[in-house]
Amino acid sequence: MNGRARTSWGRFGVHAVLILTAAAFLLPLVWMALTSTKTGSQAASGALQILPSPLSDAPAQTVENYRAVWTDPSVSFPLYLRNTLIVALLSVAGMVLSSAVVAYGFARIRWRGRGVMFAIVLATMMIPFPVIMGPLYIIFSKLGWIGSLKPLWVPAWFGGAFNIFLLRQFYMGIPRELDEAARIDGCSHWGTFWRVIVPLSRPALAVVALFHFIYVWNDFLAPLIFLTHRDQFTLALGLQLYQSKAGNTPWNLLMAASTMVIAPVFLLFLLAQRTFIGGVASEGVKG
Amino acid sequence: MTDRRENISGWIWISPWLVGFLAFMLAPAALSLYYSFTEYPLLEAPVWVGMENYGRMLRDEVFLTALRKTFIYGAISIPLSTALALVIAALLSAKIRGGRFYQAAVFLPTLVPMAASAMVWLWLFNGEYGLINRGLELIGIDGPNWLTSTRWVMTAIVIVSLWGVGQAVVVYYAAMKEVPDHLYEAASMDGMGPARRFWNVTLPMLSPVVLFNVVTLIIGAMQVFVIPYIITKATPGGDPRAMYFYTMYMYDNAFVYGKMGYASAMAWVQLLVTLVLTAMTFAVSRKAVYYRGG
Repeated sequence: MNGRARTSWGRFGVHAVLILTAAAFLLPLVWMALTSTKTGSQAASGALQILPSPLSDAPAQTVENYRAVWTDPSVSFPLYLRNTLIVALLSVAGMVLSSAVVAYGFARIRWRGRGVMFAIVLATMMIPFPVIMGPLYIIFSKLGWIGSLKPLWVPAWFGGAFNIFLLRQFYMGIPRELDEAARIDGCSHWGTFWRVIVPLSRPALAVVALFHFIYVWNDFLAPLIFLTHRDQFTLALGLQLYQSKAGNTPWNLLMAASTMVIAPVFLLFLLAQRTFIGGVASEGVKG
Repeated sequence: MTDRRENISGWIWISPWLVGFLAFMLAPAALSLYYSFTEYPLLEAPVWVGMENYGRMLRDEVFLTALRKTFIYGAISIPLSTALALVIAALLSAKIRGGRFYQAAVFLPTLVPMAASAMVWLWLFNGEYGLINRGLELIGIDGPNWLTSTRWVMTAIVIVSLWGVGQAVVVYYAAMKEVPDHLYEAASMDGMGPARRFWNVTLPMLSPVVLFNVVTLIIGAMQVFVIPYIITKATPGGDPRAMYFYTMYMYDNAFVYGKMGYASAMAWVQLLVTLVLTAMTFAVSRKAVYYRGG
């Protein structure tokens, strides 16, 4: 299967299998989006209807569905969007800045204990979050953070092991002569970091920012544990609340809500497909 | 003099991580170890009970079932998703047109927030109106009530996990591109067809990457939580224990039943099991993994 498929039949077969595979992976999302354009009774009607009917009513019905979700009196999606954006912004800023600084300490400064400390950074990646989530809740509540969004973004300002690792690897590829020159010109570490390392590592910093944003946007377990008031819910948590609220949420509205939560992530993917695929590929292969 | 200054600088530059590590990793881990030897109903102070929490696990039917279900889930989903990812990556490597589109289609689901993913699959697996059973109807099969049937729920949850195989596909595909062409040429000259080239050249060259990925999957499988948690809550007619996995029971102990001591003991057993499984995977693979130049 490697190298060019030799025969046109072989080529045809590969295409056929891949088309079916792609269709199977996209079908759940297509069905979600289609369901969000139907009326409630169409979505759950006796006979399977693939497209909304009549098709001419679909645009108005779609608008109505999304408006119903957005303005639902008991589950406030605008508020959840705001909360999610606050957490994402603060968390991404903290994660990128602190991981970049710490990675510089590991990649560019020679100090005793560096090897051991870096090994500890790597080892912490093995610790599953569930192992510490209980006591973490107690610590946060002692700090008075439970009841606020702080548990979700403050820890990001102390860096993330994986991102530190990733950035350190990237810095190692930047020629040392560049920052030695800056040092000779009288730059401190701080100056070298800002004038040499940060400008040259923009693509890697973008990967960290992008992936951390997705991580925050998608995270469910940490908000579930640390957010106790509905007013503070993020979108992922709000979606579950919307599904489980009293009475059966009609499928067309639930799919409209799901589409809304997914849409920004997909938009990001379309804009930065190369960064995504390249980021995942290099993490997995080098890791 | 500079050496000493550099020594101090180093610690200063990594201090954000160090503080975070001490406060949000080491402290909770140490507390969790301490709590695991106590009875701690959260509202009262912890009371030392020695090994009782650990002993109780061995007699706790719910614990044992949750552990067993988690193992079964991992034992089914990890080999299946690894095989599927390798096959898709190999097909993508056939250097055909549209490769980027196919790769994007397979990768896209991995970006879906798990809460949304749970909603989509709730809908697809719905016994009455779900697309899957309606599709089965077309070929004359009366589909089961996937999410309420104790028998089918594991199949359903494994299918959901296969939907997230895209990340592994991207990693394997990238690794396959790194395999030197001359190896394939030599294999072809030896008369190997595509299937044997894949088995004899691609797989051995990929083995370190596969091993890394399998270890990640093991760590992940031990933590499976969000999708079964949401689906179970959303399926009131179903068996609440049908997909009651390890982390779900631990979560309930910590935050619902107010048994922080027991939950902490479970956390340490989880860490231990994860480490043992990882070590076993490395040991088993020692012979199978080929390291270039190593």
